Amino acid sequence: MKRIHKVLVANRGEIAVRVLRTCRRLGLRTVAVFSDADQDAPHVRLADEAVRLGPAPAKESYLSIERVLAAAAASGANAIHPGYGFLSENEDFARACTKAGLVFIGPPADAIELMGNKRQAKLRMQAADVPCIPGYEAARPGESLDDEALVREGKRIGFPLMVKAAAGGGGRGMRLVREPGALLDAIRSARSEAENAFGSGELILERAIEGARHVEVQVFADEHGNAVHLGERDCSIQRRHQKVVEESPSPAVTPVLRERMGAVAVQAVRAIGYRGAGTIEFLLAPNGNFFFMEMNTRLQVEHPVTELVTGLDLVEWQLRVADGEPLPLTQPEVTFRGHAIEVRLCAEDPAHGFLPQTGRLLAWVPPAGEGVRVDHGVREGQDITPFYDSMQAKLIAHGPDRETARERLAAALRELTAFGVTTNGTFLQHVLAHEAFRSGRYDTGFVAAHTPPETLCALGQASAEDQAILAALLFHDDAMALAGRGGFDTTLAGWSSSCALPVPIVLNDGASEFRASVRPVAPARYEVHVGDSRVALSLRSIAAEHAEIEVAGRRRAVRYRRAGGALWCSLDGVTRHLRDVSFRPPSERERASDGRLRAPMDGRIIRVNTEVGATVARGDVLVVLEAMKMESSLVAPIDGVVSAVNVTVGAQVPARHVVAVVSPEQKGEA
Amino acid sequence: MPTLVSRIEKDSSVFTTQRKEMLARVAELRAIEQKSRDTEQQAREKFQQRGQLLPRERLALLLDRGSPFLELSTLCGYKHHDDTDGSLAGGNILIGIGFVSGVRCLVNVTNSAIKGGTATPWGTQKVLRAQEIARENRLPVVSLVESGGANLLYQQEIFIPGGETFYNQAKLSAAGIPQVTVVHGSSTAGGAYIPGLSDYVVMVRGKAKVFLAGPPLLRAATGEVATDEELGGAEMHATLAGTADHLAEDDADGIRIAREIIASLGWNDALPPSSRSAFEPPRYAAEELCGVVPVDYRRPYDCREVIARLVDGSDFTPFKDDYDALTVCGWARLEGRSIGIIGNNGPITPRGATKAGQFIQLCSQARTPIVYLQNTTGYMVGTQSEQGGIVKHGAKMLQAVANATVPQVTILLGGSFGAGNYGMCGRAFHPRFIFAWPNARTAVMGGEQAAKVLSIVSAEKARRAGQPVDEAALAWMSQPLIEQFDRESDAFHCSARLFDDGVIDPRDTRRVLGFILATCDEAERRTLSPNTFGVARL
Repeated sequence: MKRIHKVLVANRGEIAVRVLRTCRRLGLRTVAVFSDADQDAPHVRLADEAVRLGPAPAKESYLSIERVLAAAAASGANAIHPGYGFLSENEDFARACTKAGLVFIGPPADAIELMGNKRQAKLRMQAADVPCIPGYEAARPGESLDDEALVREGKRIGFPLMVKAAAGGGGRGMRLVREPGALLDAIRSARSEAENAFGSGELILERAIEGARHVEVQVFADEHGNAVHLGERDCSIQRRHQKVVEESPSPAVTPVLRERMGAVAVQAVRAIGYRGAGTIEFLLAPNGNFFFMEMNTRLQVEHPVTELVTGLDLVEWQLRVADGEPLPLTQPEVTFRGHAIEVRLCAEDPAHGFLPQTGRLLAWVPPAGEGVRVDHGVREGQDITPFYDSMQAKLIAHGPDRETARERLAAALRELTAFGVTTNGTFLQHVLAHEAFRSGRYDTGFVAAHTPPETLCALGQASAEDQAILAALLFHDDAMALAGRGGFDTTLAGWSSSCALPVPIVLNDGASEFRASVRPVAPARYEVHVGDSRVALSLRSIAAEHAEIEVAGRRRAVRYRRAGGALWCSLDGVTRHLRDVSFRPPSERERASDGRLRAPMDGRIIRVNTEVGATVARGDVLVVLEAMKMESSLVAPIDGVVSAVNVTVGAQVPARHVVAVVSPEQKGEA
Repeated sequence: MPTLVSRIEKDSSVFTTQRKEMLARVAELRAIEQKSRDTEQQAREKFQQRGQLLPRERLALLLDRGSPFLELSTLCGYKHHDDTDGSLAGGNILIGIGFVSGVRCLVNVTNSAIKGGTATPWGTQKVLRAQEIARENRLPVVSLVESGGANLLYQQEIFIPGGETFYNQAKLSAAGIPQVTVVHGSSTAGGAYIPGLSDYVVMVRGKAKVFLAGPPLLRAATGEVATDEELGGAEMHATLAGTADHLAEDDADGIRIAREIIASLGWNDALPPSSRSAFEPPRYAAEELCGVVPVDYRRPYDCREVIARLVDGSDFTPFKDDYDALTVCGWARLEGRSIGIIGNNGPITPRGATKAGQFIQLCSQARTPIVYLQNTTGYMVGTQSEQGGIVKHGAKMLQAVANATVPQVTILLGGSFGAGNYGMCGRAFHPRFIFAWPNARTAVMGGEQAAKVLSIVSAEKARRAGQPVDEAALAWMSQPLIEQFDRESDAFHCSARLFDDGVIDPRDTRRVLGFILATCDEAERRTLSPNTFGVARL
């Protein structure tokens, strides 16, 4: 490289690792940055050196321009790769890099600024003859974007209608409106959300195109006036406007359409004097029409699918372009081979509204295999913190055709071991296996249509046989651990000189609970009852925390890890976190009490908050007692009605004196 | 070590017949055990309605998952007292050794699913024996209690031995052996002293009842009117009397707390590690044991065939084989631990007695536990034997057995007659553990032998009186005697009276011995912290 010799990667997680790899491959020196939450993260270990940015919150670390630049100065880096997210689309950062004499590996700051505003971007694209979604963005001078104008224009455009924050992203400040009556409310709430999120309440309107797909085109331009496209990616499978599954090519794009979309995309980047990697996002209508949505002025999360079908390293291209080189290939030299699909593995719980999950990653074994690529930035033992994005890894599979890629990816997901933190792995498998996905006929409504909450809750629900296996596995692991600790031969585990007893086990997988009774019948052989079914199984240890289970002649492998009483395990590719609640006492609420409220020590009554006949709830403070200069609150031990108050304010009571009695409310009595 | 070579032909008719007969006895044993479990099931609904676990469910929850469990005296009281049809075997109490929170414990669960867990005469003896086991083997005791008290029909046989169980509780506490008790239901009157004398007490809310006198007795005695809960409910004991340390919400919760108490003892924290070595299994399958030994004790066999199926690698170093062949002594290892073995290939002769006596002393000197494989018709009789000093030498052997300082474990695997029972460390000689095979026979002598003695004595008496000897009458007289001896020497009958710690499946013998030797070894390594008066509940 002529200019770039030491690259600071201003990011974390999988993308930092991915960028560092290419830098290292090209012989560049590397600098990682990290927050306190990432001290031992893989990207830190991979770089030649690393600089601490600050505390865990992104604002004080990865989002701080000042600190990132200070890290570059301290380490002597002369180029900065921003990755995606964080500062990657921040024009101030791009400018600050240039000002500090650093090569910003990304587009010119002006392009970032332009594309950062949906309204400005759209106006510019319209000017460049790029097809845009019909809507209203106050294109002509004098036109207003106030509520009144928007309501009027909205009614003109028609419904369904999208209200979008001009500065928006990630679905925030965005509303789908189906009828005129709801428009004003939607405008107001979107505006206030946008003001809070982006500091700008500017809104535009677009016709909502139903049944559309999200298809984006990867583009590259250099400072010598060259621009190419690298094909499209279909990112229609989204939840909450965030992509989950991406593929290239799109099942909906024909070679002719690809050429047209590609040409339009190249036309768009040329129009704005773009440089580096960019993505033009289009909405592809069912009738084959496509419209510009927005442009991402950075490397995309889903860039690996493009890399796999083109055989290129997009980070290498970014570095070369930033270094002033011309694009390595001309458009005719860009070829596409096979099909690639990517899934985003996130620490989140699909059964509970995709709630982000945190915790310690107890086991992490990424899958491997022909055509499989895993980009990740985590390691075993690492804490998944709430400070950053929930995406932990990307699994990408390439194959000569779509079905091969799909099957390879599904197999990779099944093989993946990720214990300690709940992920969307099972959900992703569900998507890949779904008929709508298999057929390729899907749109952005996929998740809403095919994964209703009840489906999400039922994902990975264990059959009776699987429940039996899980209970036996827990039993067996406990038994083996005991044999080690108790110093007896493992063949003696579960043995009884009379008759081995069935042992009750209750397991909770977060979504549901099941009971099993496990009876050892011979070394490593069990008879398990779950509900009305009886399962006879045998268990063989293959390696540490890896066992083979045989039921009725069928052998299945199971990988697992213990975390205290809990069991993490992966059976047939379904990862479960099972808590052992066999000894759980009845809930506090069910606790019986005689309802007598006793003085805990000798003291004086200073307050009486209740009277006979009052209805009280458990925990209500009924009487306050003062003793040894301390006040003690005496609370109702149960829900019920106060049937006796034996003290008055000022009374001196001995310890254990019954000060009041609460009788449980009799249900059904008048 | 020389390796034993089996001469058994596994496809011989002798082997298959013997095996069939032995398996039939094992099946009988299992059927008796199953009968009392079936009896318990009749209480299932009642327990469920009360929100309680059945005693065996409590036991299953108490033990660690995968814990081996050596259950004691499953036939206790079988066909004795009110067990008229043999459906109540076990003495209304489940006792055994197993692991609780990783600690080897003696566990003791009242079988309240049978007759409300009332104490029976033999059940009380079983508790006494269990306390002896806990003391000798330094095992913490966990008791899950729920009992209707003593069966008053048999109060005479229960009252004083029952008192001794309390004496033992006090002594165990003073010896430094913790006792944890969960009260799941009634434990009143005398039963109140079980939690009262325990070091740790958990009571289940709304279920435990611990008082000296319940409402009716109280009203009769003093006229006071009070409720069960006021007199001895769990809450009362936890908040007022202080008899309970922990209040549990239900059976499972109580068991959870008991497990936590054991875990918090740190019982094995200072235990020096075991020095047992790696080992090979026997070269011959344990499964063959049932075919190797005839059910009929009168048929001879070589006890080395049994040894070959019990010890590591079937390796056995004999001691003084050429001096006496009828009493077999030698060294072997079992699950990596060195043991001395004494077995019988015939009556114990004067030479056999001296050989065994010397062997026992050698084992004591080397701190090697001794395993007795008992199959004896007794000490050799006859002028030669008597003149050879059989009384003197036999007595010396008894002295050696009685005073041996190493753990002695006995397996009754055939005849156990006369003083042979003593010399081969039968119950009377306080073995650390003693288990029987289902074919075992224990009596002062064989039934036919006894009948013959009786008829010889009677004929002699008639002859001296000058009366004719009525052979038919003598035969008629001896038949009931034979039957009585047969009945009373039966393994199940003997086990009912606790002549042993239980009847086992012969195929389990190595496991039983391995578990026992590990228990003894652990006790040897453990240092207790005794105190003078036991831990008082203050």
